[in-house]
Amino acid sequence: MSASNAEQHTIIALVQDRPGVLTRVAGLFRRRGFNIASLAVGASERKGLSRLTFVVTGDQYTVEQATRHLEKLIDVVKVSNISEEDVVARELALIKVRATPSNRSEILEMVNLFRAKVVDVGARSLVVETTGEEDKVDALYDLLQPFGILELMRTGRVAMVRGKSGGRVSDDVGADAVIMGRNGFSAERAVGSAPGHYEGV
Amino acid sequence: MEMTGAEIICESLLREGVDTIFGLPGGAVLPFYGALSGYPKLRHILVRHEQAAAMAADGYARATGKVGVCSATSGPGATNLVTGLMAAQMDSIPIVCITGQVPRAAIGRDAFQETDITGITLPVTKHNYLVMDVRDIAPAIKEAFYIARTGRPGPVLIDVPKDVLAGEKIEFQWPDEVDLPGYVPPGDPDPRQVRTAADLINRAERPVILAGHGVLISRAWDELRDLAEKAQIPVITTLLGIGAMSTEHVLNLGMPGMHGMAYASLAIDRSDLVICLGARFDDRVTGRLSDFAPGAKIVHVDVDPTEFNKNVVADAPVLGDLKASLRALIPMVESNVHLDWIKETDTLRAEHPSLFIRKSPELLPQQVMKQISDETNGEAIIVTGVGQHQMWAAQHYGYKEPNSLITSGGSGAMGYEVPAALGAKVGRPEKTVWSIAGDGGFQMTLCDLATAVENKIDVKYAILNNGSLGMVRQWQDFFYDKDFFATIYSGNPDFVKLAEAYGIRGIRVTREEEVAGAIQEAMETPGPVVVDFVVKEDEFVYPMIPAGESVHEMLEEPEAEGVGFERI
Repeated sequence: MSASNAEQHTIIALVQDRPGVLTRVAGLFRRRGFNIASLAVGASERKGLSRLTFVVTGDQYTVEQATRHLEKLIDVVKVSNISEEDVVARELALIKVRATPSNRSEILEMVNLFRAKVVDVGARSLVVETTGEEDKVDALYDLLQPFGILELMRTGRVAMVRGKSGGRVSDDVGADAVIMGRNGFSAERAVGSAPGHYEGV
Repeated sequence: MEMTGAEIICESLLREGVDTIFGLPGGAVLPFYGALSGYPKLRHILVRHEQAAAMAADGYARATGKVGVCSATSGPGATNLVTGLMAAQMDSIPIVCITGQVPRAAIGRDAFQETDITGITLPVTKHNYLVMDVRDIAPAIKEAFYIARTGRPGPVLIDVPKDVLAGEKIEFQWPDEVDLPGYVPPGDPDPRQVRTAADLINRAERPVILAGHGVLISRAWDELRDLAEKAQIPVITTLLGIGAMSTEHVLNLGMPGMHGMAYASLAIDRSDLVICLGARFDDRVTGRLSDFAPGAKIVHVDVDPTEFNKNVVADAPVLGDLKASLRALIPMVESNVHLDWIKETDTLRAEHPSLFIRKSPELLPQQVMKQISDETNGEAIIVTGVGQHQMWAAQHYGYKEPNSLITSGGSGAMGYEVPAALGAKVGRPEKTVWSIAGDGGFQMTLCDLATAVENKIDVKYAILNNGSLGMVRQWQDFFYDKDFFATIYSGNPDFVKLAEAYGIRGIRVTREEEVAGAIQEAMETPGPVVVDFVVKEDEFVYPMIPAGESVHEMLEEPEAEGVGFERI
């Protein structure tokens, strides 16, 4: 399980809105020594169910194992690994940037260029709100950095599989990307790499 | 009638068919005990340590196939359950634990005996609940039992604050059904998966069945036998699968792996198909994964999809209840005789005897197990902890019936045998129950001899006493330059006197000639008995495949060569 095989995975989970569900989800990754790069939680279209988008970095085998264990959690209704899918991915960021009367217009120019907006104006700072894919947020951040970033808050990725073009609207998250059906396993030969050798215990 | 939370728990337990609770009260759980005393149908067995409550519930569950129940108070009471929960989680045992918690208003304030037991037990339970409203108690209990016993079974813990147990009274309402949209245990298999598996079986020339605990959990032993007999496939049983097929059956090759029968491990090595039924390819079975069954395709039938590809990649995974899956599979499997292959396994048995017991001036532990097997006609329930005694009990006892070996497999918890045997005997009072312990494990939980005495639980306790942590000592001998550091027990108590101190019969055996008589005497004496078998100090368990190695690195009993074909 070397880190050199590490890839980024975007996983979506539909979970019951109960205390402790985040701990259970996070615990599966913590146990394997994985860091959760980002995690976004919010209401879903179904009452009592929340949808989580999280990004983890890890090798294919271990992410797949952890994802299947997620599906096994009682409070987890459905899990999709949408890393290979055509998705809409967005992130919202609030950036508080140092601003003086002399450079304020320069900053506003960049904000407009990125179709971001200023949501708060202080005596010595501006708060900029931007939404987009992570690289857009990264780019804006880089451009604003020379002015002095006072605070950054990013929501982390939220993602959704695109609807099919010309066909019916995808009414279910990752409908075609679900790697584990309700009964958890496809009829084909089990996917994934063979586990590597480990020292005897 | 309006009821307290505590009374609702009792009513709910009755609805779930519970007859026994193993537990030990304390402050936070006292309201539950207050209600429990008014429910004589719920027998409470007071243990001396909460670990015993969890392990006795586990033993009860393994012996009966029903859900075992235990209870403890908050804080240390609850944390003492943890090792037992881990044992149940690792071996897929359905138990429900009810713990008291400090009152809601005190949670998070470091109150006396407060601990976050739902947080602590997250990785060692299938699910757990912190019930913060009296209205949620009955649904939580119904769900807990359903989750514990269905799919791949496991332990569930329910933590209830004291003021939820004893505060507001409500009308008791038993829910008609559970509402668990995220939990649908697999039932019947996908016919396409079964077809693929059947095709592989029909094409195989050298198939073996690796029968695991799943066969016992889904009560599929008749189907296992039918499949094996129909296609004449040798059956190898994992440690937890022992009893899935009688050891007397001609197709049963016994246990494989680290201390398994050499011929069972070699048969897997030479096979062209491993049909794994409800087993999880544990490292003790496979050894080095890259060398496991190198020429074999893998059919893997399991109720838990996370088991597929975990350790061994399955060519034909079949997801479903094992009994249902075998019922679907057997009609698609063609009758076969596999004559050459069966002959080959017979040759392996003749060339690699693994149950040979050599002559020795000192009492050998293998002789004791063999004798217990003979004296009980292979029909007792044997309960073990972990270590050398466990392996000898797995090897030298002729198990005839399902669920007759109860052992701490995945968790490898020393001391499991003393309380688990209590639970087994309470669950199956008509059976003879022998707890087999080493002197190490026995001393971890021997306080619960008092529980046996107090509740007249007729368990026979055998100690294979070698004055050391035998298995660890064996590893030191083989792999750590014979540096027997911290494995010699030089201050053991006199176990016969100890038994007498508990008011029960104690017998010491030091010579082979005394073994049979002592076993008979123990079984003829009503009530619990302790038999201290003082055995050779430095006896080794053979065969042995060292950890992380393959069947080709197997060490066999040096004197066993030329003994010939053997059957337990």
